[in-house]
Amino acid sequence: MDILVCIKQVPDTKDIKLDPETNTLKREGVESIVNPFDMYAVETALMLKDEWGGTVRAVTMGPPQAEQALREVVSYGVDEVALFSDRAFAGADTWATAYTLAKGIRKLGDFDLIICGKQAVDGDTAQVGPGLAQQLDLPFITFVRRIVKIELDSRTMVVERLMDDGYDVVETSLPALLTVVKEINELRVPSLKGKMKAKKIDIPIYSAADLEVDPDSVGLTGSYTQVIEVFAPKPRGNRIILEGETEEQVEKLLNGLTKDKVLSVKID
Amino acid sequence: MCLFIDPDLCTACEACVESCPFGAITLVDDLAQADETCNLCGACEDVCPVQAITIEKKTGAPAADGYEGVWIFAEHRQGKLAQVAFELLGEGRRLADQLGVALGAVLFGHDVKEEADQLFAYGADTVYLADDPALAGFTDDMYGVLLAKMINEHQPEIVLCGATSIGRSFIPKVATILGTGLTADCTGLGIRSSDRLLLQTRPAFGGNIMATIVCPAGRPQMATVRTRVFRRGPYQEGRKGELVEIDVARKNIVSRTRLLEVVTDLSEKVNLAEADVLVAGGRGLGEEKNFDLLRELADLLNAGVGASRGAVDAGWISYAHQVGQTGKTVSPKLYIACGISGAVQHQVGMQSSDVIVAINKDPNAPIFDVANYGLVGDLFDIVPLMIKRIKTARS
Repeated sequence: MDILVCIKQVPDTKDIKLDPETNTLKREGVESIVNPFDMYAVETALMLKDEWGGTVRAVTMGPPQAEQALREVVSYGVDEVALFSDRAFAGADTWATAYTLAKGIRKLGDFDLIICGKQAVDGDTAQVGPGLAQQLDLPFITFVRRIVKIELDSRTMVVERLMDDGYDVVETSLPALLTVVKEINELRVPSLKGKMKAKKIDIPIYSAADLEVDPDSVGLTGSYTQVIEVFAPKPRGNRIILEGETEEQVEKLLNGLTKDKVLSVKID
Repeated sequence: MCLFIDPDLCTACEACVESCPFGAITLVDDLAQADETCNLCGACEDVCPVQAITIEKKTGAPAADGYEGVWIFAEHRQGKLAQVAFELLGEGRRLADQLGVALGAVLFGHDVKEEADQLFAYGADTVYLADDPALAGFTDDMYGVLLAKMINEHQPEIVLCGATSIGRSFIPKVATILGTGLTADCTGLGIRSSDRLLLQTRPAFGGNIMATIVCPAGRPQMATVRTRVFRRGPYQEGRKGELVEIDVARKNIVSRTRLLEVVTDLSEKVNLAEADVLVAGGRGLGEEKNFDLLRELADLLNAGVGASRGAVDAGWISYAHQVGQTGKTVSPKLYIACGISGAVQHQVGMQSSDVIVAINKDPNAPIFDVANYGLVGDLFDIVPLMIKRIKTARS
């Protein structure tokens, strides 16, 4: 099976805070990581390769420093990577991102399966996977938690997709695109050989011209949505520790919750 | 390159440097300069006192021509309408009234016609009903292509859908087919009176920042909306509207995916998004069977059961219950965290809850940073006492 994984380099969300005075993101000490869900996509691809053979390739769209994210997945065992990078891609919304990825993927060739993480933890939209599938005219299944079976002869696969109230068992024809949740597997550790390869691998960079994109469809220019305001969420009234013995604390809690109208218990 | 800083106008006042949410602007040789991390958000453009900064945005003719009306997608699954459908009717009604247009509700399913009355009663002027065996279960191809075709035909200016597993899956396909913008997981909606644009507000970066987004050039303006953010409108007995029945077979849609089986988690309430109250457990529970204590409290409060990543990784409860960055994002009225230390990855999944209760032995646990009520102590003392007190109060 020839599998392609789409990854994104994201700021480590836990470090991000908005300064309430200036409304700016505090960036000191914010590390870049591979989007956590994408690592499960990488693992899924590697497991399928272990079972079925073939190749695993990974791509990302991002600034030049996003090559670090690609090197990281190579250390886990990804065979080849490509970076779609151009100043013209900056400011892309999910539509423009999916368009650019689709143009790039078509350049790279045909794949049996494309796997993405369910969403990126910076934007949390979960829209690029389904959007990309549509741009490539592929069937897709989102939020996949288990691969039940693959039949290469009939070019079909069956998966379980997580739903709000349980899960659905769904069959799709191949090629297809999946987005995966964390439940699907556990990550392996990078091998020494992988780490060596990651250091040395030559990462091809594709510009807007290389991908032959329509300049009006990429980056901010190609984005239908526009951010007009960024602000800090309402601060929480926080760190209130109830005093007293256990009985007293529980008493205060239930009285408070009743007063807040979030609990319908009458306590004297 | 779409951000222009005019060197002749720039006075190196640094207003833009301070305004940049991404810290992308620095002064180089007394001129403002944006680096690679610039995301073209436009914050600097607004604050520059000498109008030295311009950003080229997608222009083109406003696509509003001919598009009119607000639509909501009334999700129907396993024999019932989703809670978010009613919430969307409430919010959609408000937006439609503000714009002076009709509110349409789209209903997909098999043998679901009788549900249309409910949609009228909760505010829909028109119900677009697609009733067909092919829509009995959810598939992205059927739902996505059909909704896109209906939108092309009827041209509503706004389309809203719940940010459920179903909505978050097929609505991006619809927006891509139509070639228009889509904003995910909105928690606030409004109309800008100057140009009738839909203002879509959503959390990003795990809820650490909020962003307001518009879609000036694409139509319809599309958004998925979180469950439990908006209130359902009043039920108006006997309220009627127009029923438009869609002939699904004639649309000739072929689905490349096939729904084989729907497995509902009957063991406990797993739909965390719809629960008013969530009781969540972490590593402090010590072992799997202690979740039974939380389930007892949850049953009393008609609550769902959530879990931290630690508890899920330990195998005490299934992933469907996981709250946090790599699990689900929830915003119930009441969130009770028991034995959860509250790493930031957990907090981003629950910090928008109305009221947060934290129960933990460690007074320094970060969960207390976001708690409205913090109880420092042993959850095995506190939770049973809560159960007892609630039972007594109710008897």
